[in-house]
Amino acid sequence: MSGNIQLLSDTLAAARAEGRSALIAYLPAGFPTVDGGIEAAKAVFDGGADIVEIGLPHSDPVLDGPVIQTADDIALRGGVKIADVLRTVREAHRATGKPVLVMTYWNPIDRYGIARFTAELAEAGGAGCILPDLPVQESATWREHAGKHGLATVFVVAPSSKDARLAEITAAGSGFVYAASLMGVTGTRESVGAQAQDLVRRTKATTGLPVCVGLGVSNAEQAAEVAQFADGVIVGSAFVKRLLASDGDLAAGLAGVRALAGELAEGVRKRS
Amino acid sequence: MSSDFFLPDPEGQVPSAEGYFGAFGGKFIPEALVAAVDEVAAEYEKAKADPAFAAELDDLLVNYTGRPSALTEVPRFAEQAGGARVFLKREDLNHTGSHKINNVLGQALLTRRMGKTRVIAETGAGQHGVATATACALFGLDCTIYMGEIDTKRQALNVARMRMLGAEVIAVKSGSRTLKDAINEAFRDWVANVDHTHYLFGTVAGPHPFPAMVRDFHRVIGVEARRQILQRAGRLPDAAVACVGGGSNAIGLFHAFLPDTGVRLIGCEPAGHGIETGEHAATLTAGEPGILHGSRSYVLQDEEGQITEPYSISAGLDYPGIGPEHAYLKDSGRGEYRAVTDDAAMQALRLLSQTEGIIPAIESAHALAGALEVGRELGPDGLIVVNLSGRGDKDMDTAARYFGLYDTDAAVEADTDTAGAEIEGDAK
Repeated sequence: MSGNIQLLSDTLAAARAEGRSALIAYLPAGFPTVDGGIEAAKAVFDGGADIVEIGLPHSDPVLDGPVIQTADDIALRGGVKIADVLRTVREAHRATGKPVLVMTYWNPIDRYGIARFTAELAEAGGAGCILPDLPVQESATWREHAGKHGLATVFVVAPSSKDARLAEITAAGSGFVYAASLMGVTGTRESVGAQAQDLVRRTKATTGLPVCVGLGVSNAEQAAEVAQFADGVIVGSAFVKRLLASDGDLAAGLAGVRALAGELAEGVRKRS
Repeated sequence: MSSDFFLPDPEGQVPSAEGYFGAFGGKFIPEALVAAVDEVAAEYEKAKADPAFAAELDDLLVNYTGRPSALTEVPRFAEQAGGARVFLKREDLNHTGSHKINNVLGQALLTRRMGKTRVIAETGAGQHGVATATACALFGLDCTIYMGEIDTKRQALNVARMRMLGAEVIAVKSGSRTLKDAINEAFRDWVANVDHTHYLFGTVAGPHPFPAMVRDFHRVIGVEARRQILQRAGRLPDAAVACVGGGSNAIGLFHAFLPDTGVRLIGCEPAGHGIETGEHAATLTAGEPGILHGSRSYVLQDEEGQITEPYSISAGLDYPGIGPEHAYLKDSGRGEYRAVTDDAAMQALRLLSQTEGIIPAIESAHALAGALEVGRELGPDGLIVVNLSGRGDKDMDTAARYFGLYDTDAAVEADTDTAGAEIEGDAK
């Protein structure tokens, strides 16, 4: 069975055809529970997200700020396994027909086995993977397997990436390019860095792939700002915060993330 | 190179240009750090070729650190080591009290060459943090040290030393609240502040070029020891023994002996409460290949690639990873690695203190315990060099509790912040 890279590309193209950015939501699997995480993914789709990234919780989330660290801790203490991550992808996709990716640090895949993970992710209906600590030079084996299974390999680019390096990365990537809006870890910010627009411009000069912007975006106003220049707006910590704030009341948490997705979906449609 | 003390690997066979020692090493880092790590690598290559860099570092190593460090024979201690002759390479006598200063001064010079004004570092036992804070005071650099919250308590003296030197010490409360979590937090800081900040990494792990660069700065330990033992004993040792956490003092001692195939290179890992209990930090003995903190090496992890929490009585060895060159030496058979329990290390700490008047760091005591074993295996003709990587002042609180050295009142007071006291409190 082939993965859903085409569905991912079609979804991004459809948003573009509507003259707007796509809304991409990030939620860690197993948070607040495995079933709660699945419901949260469905709720953000229901609220208006076009694409969902399911995080594979890690013991050492070096690129995440305190909000996602807390969620990963809760998920791992709850005993989340890679099988649960794959089930989350499967159920979120099956219930909505929309593209679902996995975002993960590299060691869990390295340990689980590249062949096994790509086969199982494709079988679950996944569209691809975002691998923020797998540099392009180390990615050949992964890309071979991902390509064989119809999975996108989404690389992250940063404001510090030089132009030659951007070209190298985008030539190897597929699906879309994840442009980090600022130099830092995940977490909500007061404002989106001015570096983001420049990075998107420099990235687009190297590739026809859609370029989506993440890190720091948390509200409709910021989403609208980023939508002026990016093909997609990626929001993570703001969703996790809503679930954390509901303090164990899952229904309230789901209502919170659904409402936030709705606000952000309006934001990405506000292009001046 | 005319330098006497900055002695980078003359062979240059490992690592490869991509930073691989055989199957281990590499550069598994987020894109945001690629430019900065490449800058460190490029600047280090330039520095290696610059006689002025070597001259300045040599001057510091002699006139600030106090190199060369002594090689001390310890016959009363060696009576317990099967009668083998045992010599200690006295890195504890360096300024700041450990081997860490060798690497720190090199990277501090590099920081200045790169025009960066701020330094961050991780620390476990506080030795690397103290050395880094010292170099930052000397060079006028801003300094932030990340230290696991558990370690700030068990190494409180070093926290005070770092603050006295003008550094900011941040207690890291995430994860196991030890060295690995301090490194995680330092990486998070670096990603956000990389334009003006150098991450002065303290061991031979991390992404390329750190494993090779940090090794080169410590290589002087083995070069001196090799020369000294030839002078003193008239021959090469049967074994060079060192403790391994991340592995910097061990690689520093081992490296000059690599071509001497008759010299066994023996690394002593922390077995904590015993490998079988699961409460240990013996990465090469019990770990599996994986990726942690930017390179591929052996890692303590579960079957799904989650890093498992390490344990050691020694804050400096309490780490679930290991430098990639040690993984390479293990797999090639050139290095031997054995595990030493908390108890064996503490007994060796007391033995050296009471037979030779030298109080070692608990980290180094793991190497001493290993040397006692190796000496008994070798017998009276044996000749061993042990790296005494640090002094034990920082560990006096841990040792006093372990051996019951406090007067009763002091012991009661000292116990009030332990988990045991909390449980008692709950029961009331």
